[in-house]
Amino acid sequence: MDIDHDAIPPDAPDEDRRFFLKQSMFIAGLSMAPADFLQAALAPDDGPVGNAVKVKLSLTINGKRRRISIDPRMTLLDLLRENLGLTGTKKGCDFGQCGACTVHVDGRRTLSCLTFAVMQHGSKVTTIEGLSDGEKLHPLQEAFIKHDGFQCGYCTPGQVMSGVACIREGHAGSADEVREYMSGNLCRCGAYPNIVDAILEVKKEGTKV
Amino acid sequence: MKPFQYLRPKSVAEAISMAADYPEAQYIAGGTNLVDLMKRGIASPSKLIDINHLPLKKIEHRYDRLRIGALALNSDVAKHKSVVSRQPLLAQALLAGASGQLRNMATVGGNLLQRTRCSYFYDLALPCNKRKPGAGCGAEAGINRTHAIFFAGNGFGGNEKSACIAVHPSDMCVALTALDTEVVINGTGGERRVLLKDFHRLSTLQPELDTNLQPGELVTAIEVTDNAFAQHSHYLKVRDRASYAFALVSVAAALQMDGGRIWDARMALGGVAHKPWRYWAIDLMLRGQAPSEKLFREVAEHEMQSAKATEQNAFKIKLTSNAIVAALKAATGIS
Repeated sequence: MDIDHDAIPPDAPDEDRRFFLKQSMFIAGLSMAPADFLQAALAPDDGPVGNAVKVKLSLTINGKRRRISIDPRMTLLDLLRENLGLTGTKKGCDFGQCGACTVHVDGRRTLSCLTFAVMQHGSKVTTIEGLSDGEKLHPLQEAFIKHDGFQCGYCTPGQVMSGVACIREGHAGSADEVREYMSGNLCRCGAYPNIVDAILEVKKEGTKV
Repeated sequence: MKPFQYLRPKSVAEAISMAADYPEAQYIAGGTNLVDLMKRGIASPSKLIDINHLPLKKIEHRYDRLRIGALALNSDVAKHKSVVSRQPLLAQALLAGASGQLRNMATVGGNLLQRTRCSYFYDLALPCNKRKPGAGCGAEAGINRTHAIFFAGNGFGGNEKSACIAVHPSDMCVALTALDTEVVINGTGGERRVLLKDFHRLSTLQPELDTNLQPGELVTAIEVTDNAFAQHSHYLKVRDRASYAFALVSVAAALQMDGGRIWDARMALGGVAHKPWRYWAIDLMLRGQAPSEKLFREVAEHEMQSAKATEQNAFKIKLTSNAIVAALKAATGIS
Protein backbone atom coordinates (compact mmCIF):
# COMPACT_ATOMS: atom_id res chain seq x y z
CA MET A 1 0.00 0.00 0.00
CA ASP A 2 1.12 3.51 -0.76
CA ILE A 3 -0.85 6.57 0.25
CA ASP A 4 0.16 9.79 -1.44
CA HIS A 5 1.12 12.21 1.30
CA ASP A 6 -0.06 15.15 -0.80
CA ALA A 7 -3.57 13.85 -0.44
CA ILE A 8 -3.70 15.11 3.15
CA PRO A 9 -3.83 18.90 3.10
CA PRO A 10 -2.07 20.68 6.02
CA ASP A 11 -5.35 22.21 7.14
CA ALA A 12 -7.20 18.91 7.15
CA PRO A 13 -9.53 18.34 10.09
CA ASP A 14 -8.22 16.37 13.04
CA GLU A 15 -9.96 13.23 12.00
CA ASP A 16 -8.02 13.19 8.76
CA ARG A 17 -4.77 13.85 10.58
CA ARG A 18 -5.42 10.90 12.88
CA PHE A 19 -6.23 8.79 9.86
CA PHE A 20 -3.09 10.00 8.14
CA LEU A 21 -0.93 9.10 11.14
CA LYS A 22 -2.51 5.69 11.33
CA GLN A 23 -1.76 5.13 7.66
CA SER A 24 1.80 6.42 7.96
CA MET A 25 2.57 4.05 10.80
CA PHE A 26 1.12 1.23 8.77
CA ILE A 27 3.13 2.18 5.70
CA ALA A 28 6.34 2.38 7.77
CA GLY A 29 5.92 -1.28 8.59
CA LEU A 30 5.41 -2.39 5.03
CA SER A 31 7.31 -2.41 1.82
CA MET A 32 5.12 -4.21 -0.62
CA ALA A 33 5.97 -2.92 -4.07
CA PRO A 34 9.12 -2.47 -6.15
CA ALA A 35 10.44 1.05 -5.65
CA ASP A 36 10.84 1.80 -9.34
CA PHE A 37 7.22 1.02 -9.94
CA LEU A 38 6.02 3.31 -7.20
CA GLN A 39 8.20 6.08 -8.60
CA ALA A 40 6.38 5.90 -11.92
CA ALA A 41 4.48 9.07 -12.69
CA LEU A 42 0.71 8.87 -12.78
CA ALA A 43 -0.96 11.08 -15.31
CA PRO A 44 -4.38 11.85 -13.87
CA ASP A 45 -6.26 11.53 -17.13
CA ASP A 46 -4.61 8.33 -18.22
CA GLY A 47 -5.92 4.97 -17.22
CA PRO A 48 -4.56 3.33 -14.10
CA VAL A 49 -0.98 2.21 -14.55
CA GLY A 50 0.49 -1.07 -13.40
CA ASN A 51 0.80 -4.81 -13.69
CA ALA A 52 -0.68 -7.89 -12.05
CA VAL A 53 1.05 -7.04 -8.76
CA LYS A 54 0.44 -3.33 -8.27
CA VAL A 55 -1.63 -0.71 -10.00
CA LYS A 56 -1.50 3.00 -9.36
CA LEU A 57 -4.77 4.81 -9.51
CA SER A 58 -6.40 7.98 -8.41
CA LEU A 59 -9.93 8.50 -7.16
CA THR A 60 -11.82 11.05 -5.10
CA ILE A 61 -13.23 9.76 -1.83
CA ASN A 62 -15.52 12.00 0.20
CA GLY A 63 -14.22 15.02 -1.67
CA LYS A 64 -10.53 14.24 -1.25
CA ARG A 65 -8.35 13.11 -4.11
CA ARG A 66 -6.44 9.95 -3.25
CA ARG A 67 -3.56 8.49 -5.18
CA ILE A 68 -3.13 4.87 -4.27
CA SER A 69 -1.13 1.84 -5.32
CA ILE A 70 -2.94 -1.47 -4.88
CA ASP A 71 -3.23 -5.06 -6.00
CA PRO A 72 -5.76 -5.03 -8.89
CA ARG A 73 -7.72 -7.80 -7.12
CA MET A 74 -8.72 -5.41 -4.34
CA THR A 75 -12.40 -4.48 -4.32
CA LEU A 76 -13.50 -0.92 -3.66
CA LEU A 77 -14.91 -2.17 -0.35
CA ASP A 78 -11.57 -3.57 0.79
CA LEU A 79 -9.76 -0.43 -0.34
CA LEU A 80 -12.09 1.71 1.76
CA ARG A 81 -11.95 -0.47 4.85
CA GLU A 82 -8.49 -2.00 4.86
CA ASN A 83 -6.35 0.65 3.21
CA LEU A 84 -8.09 3.91 3.93
CA GLY A 85 -9.52 3.11 7.36
CA LEU A 86 -13.03 4.09 6.26
CA THR A 87 -14.70 1.29 8.19
CA GLY A 88 -18.16 2.84 8.13
CA THR A 89 -18.88 0.89 4.96
CA LYS A 90 -19.60 -2.67 6.08
CA LYS A 91 -18.73 -6.06 4.63
CA GLY A 92 -21.78 -8.29 4.97
CA CYS A 93 -21.90 -11.12 2.44
CA ASP A 94 -19.11 -9.82 0.14
CA PHE A 95 -21.05 -11.31 -2.81
CA GLY A 96 -23.49 -8.52 -3.68
CA GLN A 97 -26.48 -10.02 -1.92
CA CYS A 98 -26.97 -7.92 1.23
CA GLY A 99 -26.34 -4.22 0.44
CA ALA A 100 -24.25 -3.52 3.57
CA CYS A 101 -21.39 -2.23 1.40
CA THR A 102 -23.49 0.35 -0.49
CA VAL A 103 -21.63 3.56 -1.38
CA HIS A 104 -22.26 6.23 -4.01
CA VAL A 105 -20.01 6.22 -7.07
CA ASP A 106 -20.42 9.32 -9.22
CA GLY A 107 -23.75 9.88 -7.49
CA ARG A 108 -25.14 6.38 -8.05
CA ARG A 109 -25.64 3.84 -5.30
CA THR A 110 -23.29 0.96 -5.95
CA LEU A 111 -22.18 -2.25 -4.24
CA SER A 112 -18.54 -1.65 -3.34
CA CYS A 113 -17.91 -5.40 -2.87
CA LEU A 114 -18.69 -6.16 -6.53
CA THR A 115 -16.36 -3.68 -8.18
CA PHE A 116 -12.59 -3.77 -8.30
CA ALA A 117 -11.13 -0.51 -6.96
CA VAL A 118 -8.98 -0.18 -10.07
CA MET A 119 -12.15 0.04 -12.17
CA GLN A 120 -13.07 3.18 -10.23
CA HIS A 121 -9.98 5.12 -11.28
CA GLY A 122 -11.13 8.72 -11.74
CA SER A 123 -14.47 8.18 -9.94
CA LYS A 124 -15.95 10.19 -7.11
CA VAL A 125 -16.90 7.94 -4.21
CA THR A 126 -19.04 8.97 -1.24
CA THR A 127 -19.19 6.74 1.83
CA ILE A 128 -21.23 7.06 5.00
CA GLU A 129 -18.32 9.08 6.46
CA GLY A 130 -18.78 11.65 3.71
CA LEU A 131 -22.53 11.97 4.08
CA SER A 132 -22.69 14.01 7.27
CA ASP A 133 -21.62 17.64 7.40
CA GLY A 134 -18.87 17.36 10.01
CA GLU A 135 -20.58 16.63 13.33
CA LYS A 136 -23.97 17.50 11.87
CA LEU A 137 -25.72 14.31 10.82
CA HIS A 138 -27.46 13.96 7.46
CA PRO A 139 -31.26 14.36 7.73
CA LEU A 140 -31.74 10.65 6.96
CA GLN A 141 -29.29 9.69 9.72
CA GLU A 142 -31.33 11.86 12.12
CA ALA A 143 -34.51 10.19 10.90
CA PHE A 144 -33.04 6.71 11.46
CA ILE A 145 -32.35 7.68 15.08
CA LYS A 146 -35.79 9.23 15.54
CA HIS A 147 -37.61 6.20 14.08
CA ASP A 148 -35.31 3.59 15.62
CA GLY A 149 -34.36 2.36 12.14
CA PHE A 150 -31.82 -0.14 13.39
CA GLN A 151 -31.05 -2.64 16.09
CA CYS A 152 -27.53 -4.07 15.77
CA GLY A 153 -26.56 -1.33 13.32
CA TYR A 154 -24.45 -3.42 10.98
CA CYS A 155 -26.60 -2.87 7.89
CA THR A 156 -27.29 0.78 8.77
CA PRO A 157 -24.56 2.55 6.75
CA GLY A 158 -25.69 0.65 3.66
CA GLN A 159 -29.35 1.34 4.44
CA VAL A 160 -28.67 5.06 4.85
CA MET A 161 -26.60 5.33 1.64
CA SER A 162 -29.23 3.38 -0.26
CA GLY A 163 -32.07 5.38 1.34
CA VAL A 164 -30.52 8.71 0.36
CA ALA A 165 -30.16 7.46 -3.22
CA CYS A 166 -33.73 6.13 -3.16
CA ILE A 167 -35.02 9.61 -2.27
CA ARG A 168 -32.77 11.33 -4.82
CA GLU A 169 -33.88 8.94 -7.55
CA GLY A 170 -37.51 9.82 -6.85
CA HIS A 171 -38.42 6.33 -5.64
CA ALA A 172 -39.68 7.21 -2.17
CA GLY A 173 -43.24 8.15 -3.11
CA SER A 174 -45.00 5.52 -0.99
CA ALA A 175 -44.23 2.79 1.52
CA ASP A 176 -44.63 0.17 -1.21
CA GLU A 177 -42.25 2.00 -3.51
CA VAL A 178 -39.66 2.41 -0.74
CA ARG A 179 -39.91 -1.30 0.12
CA GLU A 180 -39.38 -2.25 -3.53
CA TYR A 181 -36.48 0.14 -4.15
CA MET A 182 -34.80 -0.69 -0.82
CA SER A 183 -35.10 -4.46 -1.35
CA GLY A 184 -31.36 -4.77 -2.04
CA ASN A 185 -30.57 -3.87 1.58
CA LEU A 186 -31.18 -6.71 3.99
CA CYS A 187 -31.66 -6.20 7.74
CA ARG A 188 -31.53 -9.40 9.75
CA CYS A 189 -32.78 -7.61 12.87
CA GLY A 190 -35.93 -6.80 10.92
CA ALA A 191 -35.96 -3.01 11.37
CA TYR A 192 -37.65 -2.65 7.99
CA PRO A 193 -40.86 -0.86 9.08
CA ASN A 194 -38.84 1.80 10.91
CA ILE A 195 -36.40 2.19 8.02
CA VAL A 196 -39.35 2.76 5.67
CA ASP A 197 -40.80 5.33 8.10
CA ALA A 198 -37.48 7.19 8.31
CA ILE A 199 -37.14 7.40 4.52
CA LEU A 200 -40.76 8.44 4.02
CA GLU A 201 -40.45 11.18 6.62
CA VAL A 202 -37.34 12.72 5.05
CA LYS A 203 -38.99 12.54 1.65
CA LYS A 204 -42.21 14.10 2.99
CA GLU A 205 -40.39 16.95 4.73
CA GLY A 206 -38.77 17.77 1.41
CA THR A 207 -35.37 18.35 3.03
CA LYS A 208 -32.62 18.48 0.45
CA VAL A 209 -30.75 15.21 0.62
CA MET B 1 -8.48 -15.01 -6.29
CA LYS B 2 -5.84 -15.61 -8.93
CA PRO B 3 -3.75 -12.57 -9.89
CA PHE B 4 -4.74 -10.83 -13.09
CA GLN B 5 -3.44 -8.00 -15.18
CA TYR B 6 -5.84 -5.12 -15.56
CA LEU B 7 -6.19 -3.65 -19.05
CA ARG B 8 -8.16 -0.60 -20.08
CA PRO B 9 -8.58 -0.31 -23.88
CA LYS B 10 -9.46 3.06 -25.40
CA SER B 11 -11.53 1.79 -28.32
CA VAL B 12 -13.67 -1.18 -29.34
CA ALA B 13 -10.99 -2.16 -31.85
CA GLU B 14 -8.29 -2.11 -29.16
CA ALA B 15 -10.48 -4.19 -26.82
CA ILE B 16 -11.07 -6.80 -29.52
CA SER B 17 -7.40 -6.94 -30.41
CA MET B 18 -6.49 -7.38 -26.72
CA ALA B 19 -8.95 -10.27 -26.46
CA ALA B 20 -7.52 -11.81 -29.62
CA ASP B 21 -3.97 -11.51 -28.29
CA TYR B 22 -4.82 -13.03 -24.91
CA PRO B 23 -7.18 -16.01 -25.18
CA GLU B 24 -7.24 -16.30 -21.37
CA ALA B 25 -8.53 -12.72 -21.03
CA GLN B 26 -12.09 -11.76 -20.13
CA TYR B 27 -13.99 -8.54 -20.67
CA ILE B 28 -15.44 -6.89 -17.59
CA ALA B 29 -18.30 -4.36 -17.58
CA GLY B 30 -20.49 -3.88 -14.48
CA GLY B 31 -18.77 -6.79 -12.75
CA THR B 32 -21.86 -7.78 -10.76
CA ASN B 33 -21.55 -11.40 -11.86
CA LEU B 34 -17.91 -11.73 -12.93
CA VAL B 35 -16.41 -10.30 -9.71
CA ASP B 36 -18.59 -12.73 -7.76
CA LEU B 37 -17.40 -15.64 -9.95
CA MET B 38 -13.75 -14.58 -9.61
CA LYS B 39 -13.99 -14.37 -5.82
CA ARG B 40 -15.30 -17.93 -5.74
CA GLY B 41 -12.65 -19.20 -8.15
CA ILE B 42 -15.22 -20.16 -10.80
CA ALA B 43 -13.76 -17.64 -13.25
CA SER B 44 -10.04 -16.93 -13.20
CA PRO B 45 -8.99 -14.75 -16.14
CA SER B 46 -5.31 -13.84 -16.08
CA LYS B 47 -6.13 -10.60 -17.87
CA LEU B 48 -9.17 -8.44 -17.29
CA ILE B 49 -10.17 -6.10 -20.09
CA ASP B 50 -12.18 -3.25 -18.56
CA ILE B 51 -14.52 -2.03 -21.30
CA ASN B 52 -16.45 0.45 -19.13
CA HIS B 53 -14.89 3.48 -20.80
CA LEU B 54 -15.76 2.51 -24.36
CA PRO B 55 -18.44 4.63 -26.07
CA LEU B 56 -21.17 1.97 -25.92
CA LYS B 57 -23.65 3.56 -23.51
CA LYS B 58 -25.99 5.28 -25.93
CA ILE B 59 -29.72 4.56 -26.05
CA GLU B 60 -31.40 5.94 -29.15
CA HIS B 61 -34.38 5.45 -31.41
CA ARG B 62 -33.50 5.81 -35.09
CA TYR B 63 -35.61 5.00 -38.13
CA ASP B 64 -37.56 1.88 -37.19
CA ARG B 65 -35.63 0.63 -34.21
CA LEU B 66 -34.45 1.18 -30.68
CA ARG B 67 -30.71 0.69 -30.33
CA ILE B 68 -29.24 0.23 -26.87
CA GLY B 69 -25.48 0.27 -26.38
CA ALA B 70 -24.05 -2.77 -24.61
CA LEU B 71 -22.74 -0.61 -21.76
CA ALA B 72 -26.04 1.16 -21.06
CA LEU B 73 -26.83 0.53 -17.41
CA ASN B 74 -29.93 -1.49 -16.56
CA SER B 75 -31.24 1.44 -14.45
CA ASP B 76 -30.77 3.92 -17.32
CA VAL B 77 -32.46 1.63 -19.86
CA ALA B 78 -35.44 1.03 -17.55
CA LYS B 79 -36.19 4.75 -17.26
CA HIS B 80 -35.27 5.90 -20.77
CA LYS B 81 -38.15 7.70 -22.48
CA SER B 82 -37.96 5.68 -25.71
CA VAL B 83 -37.83 2.39 -23.81
CA VAL B 84 -40.76 3.26 -21.54
CA SER B 85 -42.93 4.52 -24.40
CA ARG B 86 -42.00 2.05 -27.15
CA GLN B 87 -40.93 -1.14 -25.30
CA PRO B 88 -42.51 -0.99 -21.84
CA LEU B 89 -42.13 -4.79 -21.55
CA LEU B 90 -38.35 -4.32 -21.42
CA ALA B 91 -38.59 -1.61 -18.74
CA GLN B 92 -40.90 -3.82 -16.65
CA ALA B 93 -38.56 -6.80 -16.91
CA LEU B 94 -35.50 -4.74 -15.97
CA LEU B 95 -37.21 -3.31 -12.90
CA ALA B 96 -38.30 -6.81 -11.85
CA GLY B 97 -34.65 -7.86 -11.70
CA ALA B 98 -31.94 -7.36 -9.06
CA SER B 99 -31.85 -4.29 -6.78
CA GLY B 100 -31.41 -0.54 -7.21
CA GLN B 101 -27.67 -0.86 -6.58
CA LEU B 102 -27.16 -3.77 -8.98
CA ARG B 103 -29.19 -2.13 -11.75
CA ASN B 104 -26.88 0.90 -11.40
CA MET B 105 -23.89 -1.32 -12.13
CA ALA B 106 -25.15 -4.05 -14.46
CA THR B 107 -25.02 -3.37 -18.19
CA VAL B 108 -27.17 -4.68 -21.03
CA GLY B 109 -24.27 -6.68 -22.48
CA GLY B 110 -23.39 -8.12 -19.09
CA ASN B 111 -27.00 -9.04 -18.44
CA LEU B 112 -27.01 -11.07 -21.69
CA LEU B 113 -23.87 -12.87 -20.55
CA GLN B 114 -24.63 -13.55 -16.89
CA ARG B 115 -24.18 -17.13 -15.76
CA THR B 116 -26.76 -19.36 -14.14
CA ARG B 117 -27.30 -19.11 -10.38
CA CYS B 118 -27.60 -22.93 -10.00
CA SER B 119 -26.11 -23.70 -6.59
CA TYR B 120 -24.14 -26.65 -7.99
CA PHE B 121 -22.44 -24.32 -10.47
CA TYR B 122 -21.39 -22.07 -7.57
CA ASP B 123 -20.21 -24.78 -5.17
CA LEU B 124 -16.74 -25.95 -6.12
CA ALA B 125 -17.10 -29.03 -3.90
CA LEU B 126 -20.00 -30.42 -5.95
CA PRO B 127 -20.13 -31.82 -9.48
CA CYS B 128 -21.26 -29.54 -12.30
CA ASN B 129 -21.09 -30.18 -16.05
CA LYS B 130 -21.23 -26.47 -16.78
CA ARG B 131 -18.28 -25.61 -14.55
CA LYS B 132 -16.33 -28.78 -15.35
CA PRO B 133 -17.60 -30.61 -18.44
CA GLY B 134 -17.98 -34.33 -17.82
CA ALA B 135 -18.01 -34.00 -14.02
CA GLY B 136 -21.70 -34.85 -13.81
CA CYS B 137 -24.73 -32.84 -12.74
CA GLY B 138 -25.32 -32.54 -9.02
CA ALA B 139 -28.76 -31.07 -9.51
CA GLU B 140 -30.15 -33.95 -11.55
CA ALA B 141 -30.66 -36.13 -8.47
CA GLY B 142 -30.11 -33.34 -5.97
CA ILE B 143 -31.78 -30.08 -5.03
CA ASN B 144 -33.56 -29.14 -8.23
CA ARG B 145 -36.60 -27.19 -7.09
CA THR B 146 -35.65 -24.15 -9.18
CA HIS B 147 -34.40 -26.01 -12.24
CA ALA B 148 -35.54 -26.39 -15.82
CA ILE B 149 -38.76 -27.94 -17.09
CA PHE B 150 -38.11 -27.36 -20.80
CA PHE B 151 -35.20 -28.97 -22.60
CA ALA B 152 -33.72 -29.29 -26.05
CA GLY B 153 -35.97 -31.15 -28.44
CA ASN B 154 -39.20 -29.91 -26.91
CA GLY B 155 -41.92 -29.28 -29.41
CA PHE B 156 -40.29 -31.53 -31.97
CA GLY B 157 -41.51 -34.78 -30.55
CA GLY B 158 -38.63 -35.38 -28.21
CA ASN B 159 -37.18 -34.46 -24.88
CA GLU B 160 -33.48 -35.07 -25.15
CA LYS B 161 -31.43 -35.77 -22.09
CA SER B 162 -29.65 -32.65 -21.02
CA ALA B 163 -26.19 -32.42 -19.46
CA CYS B 164 -27.31 -29.36 -17.51
CA ILE B 165 -30.71 -28.62 -16.04
CA ALA B 166 -29.86 -25.12 -14.81
CA VAL B 167 -31.95 -22.14 -15.89
CA HIS B 168 -30.96 -18.80 -17.36
CA PRO B 169 -31.35 -16.19 -14.61
CA SER B 170 -32.08 -13.01 -16.57
CA ASP B 171 -35.39 -11.11 -16.62
CA MET B 172 -34.24 -8.67 -19.30
CA CYS B 173 -33.46 -11.48 -21.74
CA VAL B 174 -36.95 -12.95 -21.38
CA ALA B 175 -38.57 -9.67 -22.46
CA LEU B 176 -36.01 -9.18 -25.23
CA THR B 177 -36.60 -12.72 -26.54
CA ALA B 178 -40.33 -12.04 -26.80
CA LEU B 179 -39.52 -8.80 -28.65
CA ASP B 180 -37.34 -10.52 -31.32
CA THR B 181 -34.26 -8.54 -30.34
CA GLU B 182 -31.10 -8.56 -32.40
CA VAL B 183 -27.67 -8.66 -30.78
CA VAL B 184 -24.86 -6.71 -32.46
CA ILE B 185 -21.49 -8.41 -32.04
CA ASN B 186 -18.01 -7.20 -32.98
CA GLY B 187 -14.96 -9.36 -33.46
CA THR B 188 -11.73 -9.48 -35.42
CA GLY B 189 -13.76 -10.33 -38.53
CA GLY B 190 -15.96 -7.22 -38.19
CA GLU B 191 -19.57 -6.86 -37.12
CA ARG B 192 -22.28 -9.54 -37.17
CA ARG B 193 -25.84 -9.73 -35.94
CA VAL B 194 -27.62 -12.60 -34.24
CA LEU B 195 -31.24 -12.86 -33.18
CA LEU B 196 -31.43 -13.17 -29.42
CA LYS B 197 -33.30 -16.47 -29.80
CA ASP B 198 -30.12 -17.84 -31.41
CA PHE B 199 -27.71 -16.12 -29.02
CA HIS B 200 -28.15 -18.36 -25.97
CA ARG B 201 -27.83 -22.13 -26.16
CA LEU B 202 -29.78 -25.08 -24.87
CA SER B 203 -27.56 -27.44 -22.98
CA THR B 204 -27.76 -30.85 -24.61
CA LEU B 205 -24.18 -30.62 -25.76
CA GLN B 206 -21.44 -28.47 -24.26
CA PRO B 207 -23.28 -27.09 -21.22
CA GLU B 208 -20.15 -25.05 -20.46
CA LEU B 209 -21.21 -22.75 -23.28
CA ASP B 210 -24.11 -20.41 -22.43
CA THR B 211 -24.04 -18.56 -25.75
CA ASN B 212 -22.90 -18.79 -29.35
CA LEU B 213 -20.40 -15.95 -28.95
CA GLN B 214 -17.02 -16.85 -30.40
CA PRO B 215 -13.90 -16.37 -28.26
CA GLY B 216 -12.88 -12.70 -28.13
CA GLU B 217 -16.13 -11.38 -29.58
CA LEU B 218 -17.69 -8.35 -27.91
CA VAL B 219 -21.40 -7.55 -27.72
CA THR B 220 -21.67 -3.87 -28.67
CA ALA B 221 -25.43 -3.23 -28.82
CA ILE B 222 -28.90 -4.69 -28.98
CA GLU B 223 -31.65 -3.55 -31.34
CA VAL B 224 -35.41 -3.88 -31.01
CA THR B 225 -37.45 -3.19 -34.12
CA ASP B 226 -40.60 -1.09 -33.63
CA ASN B 227 -43.74 -3.06 -32.92
CA ALA B 228 -47.34 -2.49 -31.90
CA PHE B 229 -47.13 -4.25 -28.53
CA ALA B 230 -46.71 -1.25 -26.21
CA GLN B 231 -50.38 -1.07 -25.17
CA HIS B 232 -50.78 -4.78 -24.50
CA SER B 233 -47.62 -6.16 -22.97
CA HIS B 234 -46.96 -7.51 -19.52
CA TYR B 235 -44.01 -8.99 -17.63
CA LEU B 236 -45.03 -11.26 -14.78
CA LYS B 237 -42.39 -12.55 -12.39
CA VAL B 238 -43.14 -15.19 -9.77
CA ARG B 239 -40.53 -15.65 -7.05
CA ASP B 240 -40.06 -16.89 -3.50
CA ARG B 241 -40.10 -13.38 -2.02
CA ALA B 242 -41.78 -10.17 -3.17
CA SER B 243 -38.61 -8.51 -4.47
CA TYR B 244 -34.89 -9.07 -5.06
CA ALA B 245 -34.99 -12.75 -5.97
CA PHE B 246 -34.51 -14.72 -9.16
CA ALA B 247 -37.62 -15.90 -10.93
CA LEU B 248 -39.12 -19.29 -10.24
CA VAL B 249 -41.08 -18.57 -13.39
CA SER B 250 -41.53 -15.42 -15.43
CA VAL B 251 -43.68 -14.62 -18.44
CA ALA B 252 -43.15 -11.88 -21.02
CA ALA B 253 -46.33 -11.39 -23.04
CA ALA B 254 -46.58 -8.95 -25.95
CA LEU B 255 -49.85 -8.68 -27.86
CA GLN B 256 -51.27 -6.51 -30.58
CA MET B 257 -55.03 -5.97 -30.33
CA ASP B 258 -57.62 -4.28 -32.43
CA GLY B 259 -61.41 -4.31 -32.26
CA GLY B 260 -61.42 -6.60 -29.23
CA ARG B 261 -59.35 -9.28 -30.96
CA ILE B 262 -55.73 -10.35 -30.78
CA TRP B 263 -53.85 -9.90 -34.06
CA ASP B 264 -50.28 -10.68 -33.06
CA ALA B 265 -48.80 -12.40 -30.02
CA ARG B 266 -45.30 -13.07 -28.72
CA MET B 267 -44.33 -14.82 -25.53
CA ALA B 268 -41.16 -15.91 -23.76
CA LEU B 269 -40.80 -17.71 -20.44
CA GLY B 270 -38.03 -17.29 -17.87
CA GLY B 271 -36.79 -19.60 -15.12
CA VAL B 272 -37.85 -22.70 -17.05
CA ALA B 273 -34.96 -23.53 -19.40
CA HIS B 274 -31.26 -23.15 -20.08
CA LYS B 275 -32.15 -20.06 -22.10
CA PRO B 276 -35.19 -17.78 -22.32
CA TRP B 277 -37.90 -20.09 -23.63
CA ARG B 278 -39.81 -18.75 -26.61
CA TYR B 279 -43.41 -20.01 -26.90
CA TRP B 280 -43.55 -20.16 -30.69
CA ALA B 281 -47.06 -21.50 -31.23
CA ILE B 282 -48.80 -18.77 -29.27
CA ASP B 283 -49.21 -16.45 -32.23
CA LEU B 284 -51.08 -19.08 -34.23
CA MET B 285 -53.23 -20.00 -31.26
CA LEU B 286 -54.27 -16.44 -30.38
CA ARG B 287 -54.44 -14.72 -33.75
CA GLY B 288 -57.94 -13.51 -34.59
CA GLN B 289 -59.35 -14.61 -31.24
CA ALA B 290 -61.13 -12.56 -28.60
CA PRO B 291 -59.39 -12.72 -25.23
CA SER B 292 -60.92 -14.99 -22.61
CA GLU B 293 -59.68 -16.91 -19.61
CA LYS B 294 -60.78 -20.16 -21.20
CA LEU B 295 -58.72 -19.46 -24.33
CA PHE B 296 -55.68 -18.45 -22.29
CA ARG B 297 -55.96 -21.62 -20.18
CA GLU B 298 -55.97 -23.76 -23.35
CA VAL B 299 -52.99 -21.87 -24.70
CA ALA B 300 -51.05 -22.30 -21.46
CA GLU B 301 -51.79 -25.98 -21.13
CA HIS B 302 -50.82 -26.60 -24.73
CA GLU B 303 -47.24 -25.45 -24.14
CA MET B 304 -46.99 -27.21 -20.80
CA GLN B 305 -47.65 -30.59 -22.47
CA SER B 306 -44.00 -30.67 -23.46
CA ALA B 307 -42.71 -29.68 -20.01
CA LYS B 308 -40.90 -32.29 -17.97
CA ALA B 309 -40.38 -32.02 -14.23
CA THR B 310 -37.44 -33.23 -12.19
CA GLU B 311 -37.98 -34.64 -8.70
CA GLN B 312 -38.61 -31.37 -6.87
CA ASN B 313 -39.99 -28.97 -9.44
CA ALA B 314 -43.26 -30.50 -10.63
CA PHE B 315 -44.99 -27.47 -9.07
CA LYS B 316 -43.41 -25.33 -11.76
CA ILE B 317 -45.57 -26.87 -14.48
CA LYS B 318 -48.81 -25.73 -12.84
CA LEU B 319 -47.17 -22.45 -11.75
CA THR B 320 -46.00 -21.67 -15.29
CA SER B 321 -49.41 -22.48 -16.70
CA ASN B 322 -51.10 -20.16 -14.20
CA ALA B 323 -48.49 -17.46 -14.82
CA ILE B 324 -49.12 -17.58 -18.58
CA VAL B 325 -52.86 -17.14 -18.00
CA ALA B 326 -52.30 -14.28 -15.53
CA ALA B 327 -49.83 -12.49 -17.84
CA LEU B 328 -52.20 -12.77 -20.82
CA LYS B 329 -55.09 -11.46 -18.73
CA ALA B 330 -53.01 -8.51 -17.57
CA ALA B 331 -51.79 -7.79 -21.11
CA THR B 332 -55.31 -7.87 -22.58
CA GLY B 333 -56.92 -6.13 -19.60
CA ILE B 334 -59.55 -8.80 -18.91
CA SER B 335 -60.36 -9.73 -15.35
